[in-house]
Amino acid sequence: MGGLRLANPTMLASGILGLSAESLGDIAMGGAGAIVTKSVGLKPRNGYANPTIVQTSCGLINAIGLPNPGIGEFVKEIREAKNFGVPVVVSVYGYSAEDYATVAKKAVAAGADAVELNVSCPHAEETGSEIGQNTEILAEVVRKVKAVVKKPAFVKLSPNVTNIADTAEVAAKAGANALTATNTVKAMAIDTEATVPILSNKIGGLSGPAIKPIAVRCVYEIYESVKVPIIGSGGITNWHDAVEFLLAGATAVQIGTATASNGPNVFKKVTRGIDAYLRRKGFKSVNEIVGLSHRS
Amino acid sequence: MKLSAYRIAANKLRTTPILSIEAESSTVKTFTFRDQRCARAEPGQFLMLWIPSVDEIPLSILHAEENGMVSVAVQEVGEATSALHNKTIGELIGIRGPFGNSFTPKNGRILMVSGGTGVVPTLFLAERLASKTAKLVFAIGAKRKEELLFMNRIKRTLGGEETQVIATTEDGSYGIKGLVTKPLQKLLEREKFDMIYTCGPEQMMRKVFDLAEKCEVALEASLERLMRCAIGLCGSCVVGRFRVCKDGPVFTAKQLRQVKAEFGVSKRDFSGRKIPL
Repeated sequence: MGGLRLANPTMLASGILGLSAESLGDIAMGGAGAIVTKSVGLKPRNGYANPTIVQTSCGLINAIGLPNPGIGEFVKEIREAKNFGVPVVVSVYGYSAEDYATVAKKAVAAGADAVELNVSCPHAEETGSEIGQNTEILAEVVRKVKAVVKKPAFVKLSPNVTNIADTAEVAAKAGANALTATNTVKAMAIDTEATVPILSNKIGGLSGPAIKPIAVRCVYEIYESVKVPIIGSGGITNWHDAVEFLLAGATAVQIGTATASNGPNVFKKVTRGIDAYLRRKGFKSVNEIVGLSHRS
Repeated sequence: MKLSAYRIAANKLRTTPILSIEAESSTVKTFTFRDQRCARAEPGQFLMLWIPSVDEIPLSILHAEENGMVSVAVQEVGEATSALHNKTIGELIGIRGPFGNSFTPKNGRILMVSGGTGVVPTLFLAERLASKTAKLVFAIGAKRKEELLFMNRIKRTLGGEETQVIATTEDGSYGIKGLVTKPLQKLLEREKFDMIYTCGPEQMMRKVFDLAEKCEVALEASLERLMRCAIGLCGSCVVGRFRVCKDGPVFTAKQLRQVKAEFGVSKRDFSGRKIPL
């Protein structure tokens, strides 16, 4: 998948645990085909004040604020995470193309099997989606990273754009080895009694089952316009959700929010469910159903 | 159909007015409010308390009654707690929880060791267990007499036979002079206990843990870490492979042995960097 060999098509989505290697061990044990770290930048970042998460009737909204100790410190965790026997993808953010390239280079030097460029965090200023929504800067980020890193570079796309296929084409043309679709959907919640926004950052990213139909549509549209592999992400809770993403055109899927309720074994359960589905429908491999819905 | 994350019922934020405020010391106040979910909390569990437009903080539950009344004791230590201290009766706070596990109740010979505001969950536990234990010793330490919290309530709870309260202050203004761990060594050499429950500054708990290991007594300790999501997703509160919000906050001696390198030694700051405690 985009230059990375996976034992199964499930991956941990970035942002869940992932600040310490040890906490990723249980995810690897739970059957994830790859683990993706929390996003790491050049310098330490504290994140936002609480509340950083709020539960709505249809999903979670979070604005944690990209806390991370900086790549200099984080390389220790990358080295340790390599012990779990599954590929380690390091999520990278920056405030400029040079930042992304420097962090990606250090992550790969520490042992990252791939990097995922976070150009889609919906709640951070001057990084994340502010980069991913500007196609010129996005292309520059991907090119600069590809110029210094031999390992695969994935680009995690924002659903908060007018036409995600356009963004996908730019990232693919600039050299992305795979595209992750999508990050969370920009959202907010206001407490009716206190009459104020709940998140300290006011605006955050919606995850969970509510965004699945949006992410499926994004994957479908991207598959129509680019040839690079797509990693589906957004509200996947069970094998059924995962299969829907594969049919839409994803080669692999990422699971995040569902690890909170279903535990780390959600990866095993989804993988088994996909296998059972393939057998029942007479398919020989996952590859046979990637993008199958487009052929109708 | 499996439950999805958004259906973690206890995680939904409930806004509720403060019903009473009690000063426990010059820096600690007890806040009481009504919340049906937290009213069913067990000793050791915690909740997230939102101070609208300011912050949201993790707090040990001090008391929970079937009628829905819940209380927490809060020390003024920074911006958030100071904003909460400035609130008056009737003002709104937000509640999520209860979260995490609880102490495993035992009825045998029990020793509870608490320091500072660590007395909150141990007192809650003592009130639930006092009538059932074969022996109950409650050791409490603070810097000075004024900071020994809930002394009257502790004495009232431990009024029966086969109970003992041991109080220590660092300045000697009340009880034994020194740290709360000081009288424990002799106590553990002299008497056999079936279980130690401890909550307080982590270096204190580490000393209690080391003593318990030496004397081969079972132990459960309640840990505190930076909390954000409180539902095991964000990873802010990790100690070794454990998430304090979900796998804890109460850990057994067996679990603590796995995180000896961190327990009482280091924690993670807002950026996730490991720093000395």
